[in-house]
Amino acid sequence: MKRSGEKVIEYGLAFSGLVTILTTIGIIWVLISESWGFFREVSLADFLFDTEWTPLFTQKRYGILPLLSGTFLTTIIAIFTAVPVGIIIAVYLSEYAHKNFRQTVKPILEILAAVPTVVYGFFALTVVTPFLQSFIPGVGSFNALSAGIVMGIMIIPVISSLSEDALYSVPKSLREASYGMGATKFQTSFKVVVPAASSGILVSIILGIARAIGETMVVAIAAGQQPTLTLDPREAVETITAYIVQVSLGDVEHGSMEYKTIFAAGITLFFFTFLLNNVSFWIKKKYQEKYE
Amino acid sequence: MKPIEAKNINVYYGDNHVLKDIDITIKENTVTAFIGPSGCGKSTFLRTLNRMNDYIDSFRKKGKIYIDGKDIYDKKVRVEELRRKVGMVFQKPNPFPKSIFENVAYGLKIHGIKSKYEINDTVEKSLKQAALWNEVKDKLDKPALSLSGGQQQRLCIARTLAVKPSIILMDEPASALDPISTAKIEELIFELKEKYTIVIVTHNMQQASRISDRTAFFYLGELVEYGKTSELFTNPRNKQTENYITGRFG
Repeated sequence: MKRSGEKVIEYGLAFSGLVTILTTIGIIWVLISESWGFFREVSLADFLFDTEWTPLFTQKRYGILPLLSGTFLTTIIAIFTAVPVGIIIAVYLSEYAHKNFRQTVKPILEILAAVPTVVYGFFALTVVTPFLQSFIPGVGSFNALSAGIVMGIMIIPVISSLSEDALYSVPKSLREASYGMGATKFQTSFKVVVPAASSGILVSIILGIARAIGETMVVAIAAGQQPTLTLDPREAVETITAYIVQVSLGDVEHGSMEYKTIFAAGITLFFFTFLLNNVSFWIKKKYQEKYE
Repeated sequence: MKPIEAKNINVYYGDNHVLKDIDITIKENTVTAFIGPSGCGKSTFLRTLNRMNDYIDSFRKKGKIYIDGKDIYDKKVRVEELRRKVGMVFQKPNPFPKSIFENVAYGLKIHGIKSKYEINDTVEKSLKQAALWNEVKDKLDKPALSLSGGQQQRLCIARTLAVKPSIILMDEPASALDPISTAKIEELIFELKEKYTIVIVTHNMQQASRISDRTAFFYLGELVEYGKTSELFTNPRNKQTENYITGRFG
């Protein structure tokens, strides 16, 4: 009796595991098969090198570059916002803060990650954009800068929390060695502890980038929906994710060309996040605990 | 000269009274060994000498420690300057995850030395003093962690020497090493005492008798006996010292 019960549990567990794997395979399959239809009509060269993306207009052009530039522009702004702040917070919590303070603040910081992204989106649109407009001339009501900054605020907890874990796990003996030679706390933190934790910090940054690339609501709300090939952060841009939302929400006919563009855009997005996840995994594996 | 003079030192961790009325004077250019069973306070006392205990929240100290005649716990003393003068080598080799060269150059850089010539020169001299130069001179840019445990510990000694201390504190520097590496470290300590005042904590009584000029026996937070190593080991005045060095406890 007991043995058959064990078996049920075992199959139950295996089934749960299988569901997630099958779902992933299913998603990849759908992405590939649907974008296959897209690439039968649009050449890969046009897709990669054409500088306009106008599948919803009568003059249809299918160059992914404007969407990519929008994605990378907002992501870069987000990273420039999140990395310095995130790492400073991490160093403060790990090296300077009192233990009790650290234990209180870290969970609070992680709440930032629990705020629904749509809230960040209208925060960007209704608070940050007007603020930026008040001192930067030429900022549109939809712009990459505001969306990027808010996205950066959103990924601060990803970076600070993971970096803090990495810093905290640097052996105490390394700090003692540094203090023992007469180093200050600041020198010890930034010249010994941060370099020793660099692989963990790098992983946190890459996961932050992956999060920013895949982020949808903030950019859909605050960055606009105009696929423009630009590096000017004051302009409205459209990211891959925002485009997918735009098309999915409209009444697009199943199987039409507009419908297929979602999957072409989706597979591009998937390619980048997949790449970043693998890079971070590889870094983690290669450098983990190397100093132990 | 009295490079280290401790007067009436009492140390507490919270309510725990770990050092009781320690009075000790350590002479220049000698090797002084601190011996005693685990938990007797010898490491704690060693760490009060370069204020390494400052980071422990519950740490409290009464009494005064003078190094070269100056009260090291005085508010005017910069702890960074103190530690530059009173270097420390730890129990487990703890090189930084940087190159061999950078490990030794680190101390110079944090003290604001920028001249490349001076840094290169000091790195070479320190590695030679630590008897490591010949083994590493062709691979200074290799990671320090690629060295063997014994080499790593000599690198840590070189790193300490680079900032030109006058006193070197060693907290069981050979306890994690094999016998051959241990012999090399001991030989090195013997050579270093010409220029430095060395205080070494050790669990190994043979080691204490081999390398030290004077020995202090700590037991339950008290300094039980302190004197010339040759006398303490052959003719201990105190019964507890005798029991410990003959291996009856500890």
